[in-house]
Amino acid sequence: MTGGRAGDVFGPLALSLELAFVTTLLLLVIATPIAWWLSRSRAPWKPVVQAVVALPIVLPPTVLGFYLLILLGPYQPPGSWWFTLTGETLTFSFAGLVIASCVYSLPFAVQPLQAAFDLVGDGEIEAARTLGATARDAFFSIAVPLAAPGFLAAAVLSFAHTLGEFGVVLMVGGNIPGETRVVSIAIFDHVETLNYGAAHELSSLLLALAFAFLLLMYVANRRRRRS
Amino acid sequence: MSTASPDIEFAYRLSRGAFRLDAEGSAGTEGVTGLFGASGAGKTSLLRCIAGLDVADSAHLVVRGERIDDSANGRRCPVHRRDIAYVFQEPRLFPHLDVRRNLEYGARRRPSPGRDAFETVVDRLSLGTLLSRKPAGLSGGEAQRVAIGRALLSAPKLLLMDEPVAALDAARRRDILDCVKELRAATGIPVLYVSHQLDEVCRLCDQLLVLEDGRVVASGPLQSVLLRTDLPVLGGADAGVVFDAVAVAYDPGDDLSELAIGALRLFVPERHAPGEKVRVRVRASDVSISRDRSDASSSILNRLPAVLAGVRDDGTHAVLLELRLPDGAPLLARITRRSLRLMQLRPDDSVVAQVKSISVRG
Repeated sequence: MTGGRAGDVFGPLALSLELAFVTTLLLLVIATPIAWWLSRSRAPWKPVVQAVVALPIVLPPTVLGFYLLILLGPYQPPGSWWFTLTGETLTFSFAGLVIASCVYSLPFAVQPLQAAFDLVGDGEIEAARTLGATARDAFFSIAVPLAAPGFLAAAVLSFAHTLGEFGVVLMVGGNIPGETRVVSIAIFDHVETLNYGAAHELSSLLLALAFAFLLLMYVANRRRRRS
Repeated sequence: MSTASPDIEFAYRLSRGAFRLDAEGSAGTEGVTGLFGASGAGKTSLLRCIAGLDVADSAHLVVRGERIDDSANGRRCPVHRRDIAYVFQEPRLFPHLDVRRNLEYGARRRPSPGRDAFETVVDRLSLGTLLSRKPAGLSGGEAQRVAIGRALLSAPKLLLMDEPVAALDAARRRDILDCVKELRAATGIPVLYVSHQLDEVCRLCDQLLVLEDGRVVASGPLQSVLLRTDLPVLGGADAGVVFDAVAVAYDPGDDLSELAIGALRLFVPERHAPGEKVRVRVRASDVSISRDRSDASSSILNRLPAVLAGVRDDGTHAVLLELRLPDGAPLLARITRRSLRLMQLRPDDSVVAQVKSISVRG
């Protein structure tokens, strides 16, 4: 246990920010095609995909964390493949945390993106196609810029949500300083050891950060709507 | 440029619920080809198939010798490689790009028609002052002009226009149609123009395809297709003919221009410079028939000698007369069935056609 030292504020915070940053980047790449497909598809099994994507919103983090712990563990695929490949386990590692966070925050990236893509008319896409744009070109030159507010919302929400996760991290990552000991875990640790001063310090930082991110998003959205 | 082959050849079959498209036809690449029919006749569906936006059950399309759709041999050219531009009913401009970037969108993706073409299009469509504006700040007419310019600047082999002026008021509509006509002549790009307004078609088109319940029921040069008064969309109150005339003189005192159609002379209101080509439309309901050849007994200026060629009686109070002018050109007149009986008109009778009003199309 390294908790309790007053100077140990920035380690967990830096780790949290790194985790949130990497997760957000990955999620934007993963969520964009899913959101575009959900927005355009008329497949009969689309609701199934929607429900799966939304699951992390309603499941207790412990349930999600429990399944991830098993799946990422060294005793069965896909965790065992990783173990064979690298000789390390995904559980109780930063890489494992990134994967868990991506699953946990997926709906917070997909849903705002899908809402933004829904507002992009087929008409403009068709016009682009008849002007010589490939489907991919039309997507990047028309749909993506028009859905910019959705990308901003998806990034901010994924980032903030990952920053604030606790249950899943605890189940999958444990509490290894520099590897999996993120802010929320450190705070829990401080409270457990009755180190309220350090808990206050980290909690207030997290509160301020979360507020700042959300404020940024809403201000940006308002600017865009006005222009 | 003129080629012997029909230039544009299409055949599409498509079933969607109760709607069936089974349209086959051809068009010349010279001039504007109208695709005319009532709402729901399948005009837009056909256009979307040609553009590749909809996939037909069976598809065949050749443009200037290039096989674009050939479902029998599994060939289907993707939308972006057809070089077929589309002007939709709504402008569909890209809201995040200013007018200049909208205009350049196609040119950046296809072999560009060049700087001169850009200047020409911007100039003719009066877009110069709009270039740095965003689409949200444009009026309906301005936006549609940008959309037309954008389509033309993608240097298409064929331009499809789907009622591009339907949402505009009459004055804007006329402006834009004139622009389209001019630009078409300047660029040489063949145009397939969808409309359910006969007026628009008569103003703009040289060839006409008539669509009814998803089928092409008539096609050919505008003048001859307009005589197909057996078709519901071309018979009845809207029936009429067009003439391509040349202005020969203008009388400023009476504000009347004299037009020549072969040896015939017509007087139309307003000034047309001598030598100007003028397309006039004469509606059947504006033509009455007289047996009296003396000129003084009527207030009507345009009195043309004609021979009665045929009568179409569709069972209503009015009948359509097909007349031949001395040079063989046709003219339609709509009179009451009672007049027909009282005047005892018979085929080959010589009559005088009195044209009450003429709509002039520059």
